[in-house]
Amino acid sequence: MDRFVLDVAHLFAGGLVLVSFLLLYQDRMFGLLNTFALHALVVSLSVAWQAYIQAAPHLYITAAIALIVKAIIIPVALHRIIVHLGIHRTIETVGGIGQTMLAGIALVALSILVMLPITAEAGTLAREDLAFSLSVILLGLLMMISRRNAVSQVIGFMSIENGLILAATAAKGMPLVVEISVAFSILVALIVIGIFLFRIRERFDTVDVHALERFRGERA
Amino acid sequence: MNSLGLTLARAILVIPVISAGLLALFPDDRFTARVNVLGTLLTFLASTGLFFVRPEPSPFLIVDDVNVVFIVLTTFVGFTTSVFSGSYIAHELEHGRLTPVYLRFYHAMYQTLMFAMNLALLANNVGLMWVAVELATLTTVLMVGIYRTPAALEAAWKYFILGSVGIALALFGTILVYLAARSVVGEGLDAMAWNVLVTRAAAFDPALLNLAFVFLLLGYGTKVGLAPLHAWLPDAHAEGPTPISAVLSGLLLNVALFAVLRFKMVMSANPGALAPGPLMVSLGLVSVLFAAFMLYRRHDIKRMFAYSSIEHMGIVTFAFGMGGPLANFAGLLHMTYHSLTKSAIFFSVGHIAQVKGTQAMADIRGLTVSHPVLGWGLVLGVITIVGLPPTGIFMSEFLIITSTFARQPALALALALGLLVALGALLLRLNGLAFGNPYGSEARSKASFAPMFAHLALVLAAGIYLPPALVSWFQHVAKLLG
Repeated sequence: MDRFVLDVAHLFAGGLVLVSFLLLYQDRMFGLLNTFALHALVVSLSVAWQAYIQAAPHLYITAAIALIVKAIIIPVALHRIIVHLGIHRTIETVGGIGQTMLAGIALVALSILVMLPITAEAGTLAREDLAFSLSVILLGLLMMISRRNAVSQVIGFMSIENGLILAATAAKGMPLVVEISVAFSILVALIVIGIFLFRIRERFDTVDVHALERFRGERA
Repeated sequence: MNSLGLTLARAILVIPVISAGLLALFPDDRFTARVNVLGTLLTFLASTGLFFVRPEPSPFLIVDDVNVVFIVLTTFVGFTTSVFSGSYIAHELEHGRLTPVYLRFYHAMYQTLMFAMNLALLANNVGLMWVAVELATLTTVLMVGIYRTPAALEAAWKYFILGSVGIALALFGTILVYLAARSVVGEGLDAMAWNVLVTRAAAFDPALLNLAFVFLLLGYGTKVGLAPLHAWLPDAHAEGPTPISAVLSGLLLNVALFAVLRFKMVMSANPGALAPGPLMVSLGLVSVLFAAFMLYRRHDIKRMFAYSSIEHMGIVTFAFGMGGPLANFAGLLHMTYHSLTKSAIFFSVGHIAQVKGTQAMADIRGLTVSHPVLGWGLVLGVITIVGLPPTGIFMSEFLIITSTFARQPALALALALGLLVALGALLLRLNGLAFGNPYGSEARSKASFAPMFAHLALVLAAGIYLPPALVSWFQHVAKLLG
């Protein structure tokens, strides 16, 4: 395969890992939202590039969905919710930023060590993209466990979904069913999240997950 | 014949969808509960037809010896739970815990959940199965949060977050399985079809399969409720409406385990791949022991039985992990009996919590005196679930332990310890709940007892006499599972 084609594909996939790191150290709500929009933009560029090099036009749909829904609609909606609820203060983290970043670097090293040796037969393109996508997934998980705030957990979850889309498009020829289903499930999930955020607002005036824990049945 | 089978398989999917649509539209609550029952009954009848005729596998749907048992069990428990749900929901409406609008939503979601579970079981495509499990997760999240109390919201949120992460890991595993299959089968739908995967698995790259299975086991294992991934399960069971607890424990956990089993079959068909057994055995054993000890410290009746579900899913995973015809046979039996018994227990617990107005076990005493039918139903259910003879669960647990003892005595001892500890905890609590002087409200219950006693009678009868046709059927499936 043309060297340039591969380089661009790796640029986008590597860029996604980089933006995942940016997500890790955001300590303001709006900064987090903007960074997530960038994350979605990079994933949509990456998918569009895959669509072009694999000559798989259906992937453009996935790219478009990622761009419109995740880079535009969702950040705008979350922005409104945050303003509406008045929660644009600093995000509480568990553990320091430095430790989180170090853990993130370790996770990226881990995923490269795990994925590269076993995907030798899968072709250069799929191989490195899979290592990058596993990194994005693990970084998303790290973000979900290092934040107490419900909105940041949702964003962490959506960055995991972006990593999965990267993996699904790198697996050349994977039937359309999956891409559409991924995009669809994200939509559905967001509707759910929206409902949840509003319900949480009705009951306790905060979306801090820590506040939810008081109501645990066993600690009466 | 073949087209009839296809019609039946489609009917199992289409009837819940149509019912969900109708139930979302009709405002009359008496009427909708009946439509709900009718929908699940028709689905159940269609599924029994699959025993006799079945369609050829298509790229998306398959009916084979393995999933037909699960489908019939799911539709049957779905039907009996809808009968229970009718009387349960009527009480909730009277007491204003649910409004008519929420009720429409509840019924529509119930049918959507049935559709999602049936689709996950019928799917021949690993991607389609994943979508179905995701849909089932979303519908149950919405139903767990339906009471909108702070505790219910917290439970739903936790379930949503943990469930989605599990689902995300499972999707990554699914993509890896496709990659492993692609180099052998070629691009396209065939590389995601069960029947193709199992027959061609021997040529797949073992390293990719190994990694895929780890992700799939952790991902779907979260949905099975295996420790240490179980954190969502007790909250979701305790805070949602009780019919949903019954369906979660009795059916959804099975569906997730079914997904793990399908992938285990692919792994076993590949000689170079990691043996999936030890991973499943250790997760199962940890779940049994953990849940057994946790049972002692419970104060909430629904939460206690949720922990008991973790224990039993652990036993089933353990049995399938041991593998071999006998352990698989016992695992299948145990899973069936657990579905029937646990949903029966939740039927009685649901009515008990309604008449007593609380789920705290300290406030529920002397049930056999104040509410004899409910109380003795609970006693019978608990005796069955802890595995006292002559019930079916005794038989399946006995088979699991003896077959393990012949191969790994130490593991059998650890499992037996877990079972005995759990038995002690449940009988201790049962003593307080069912006997002694009645305490609290003695309001009469307008319950429908038929579903509860039907389930318990089935499990009891199966413990005494299992028809030879059924035995040979289960043995056949056990062999297929490897």
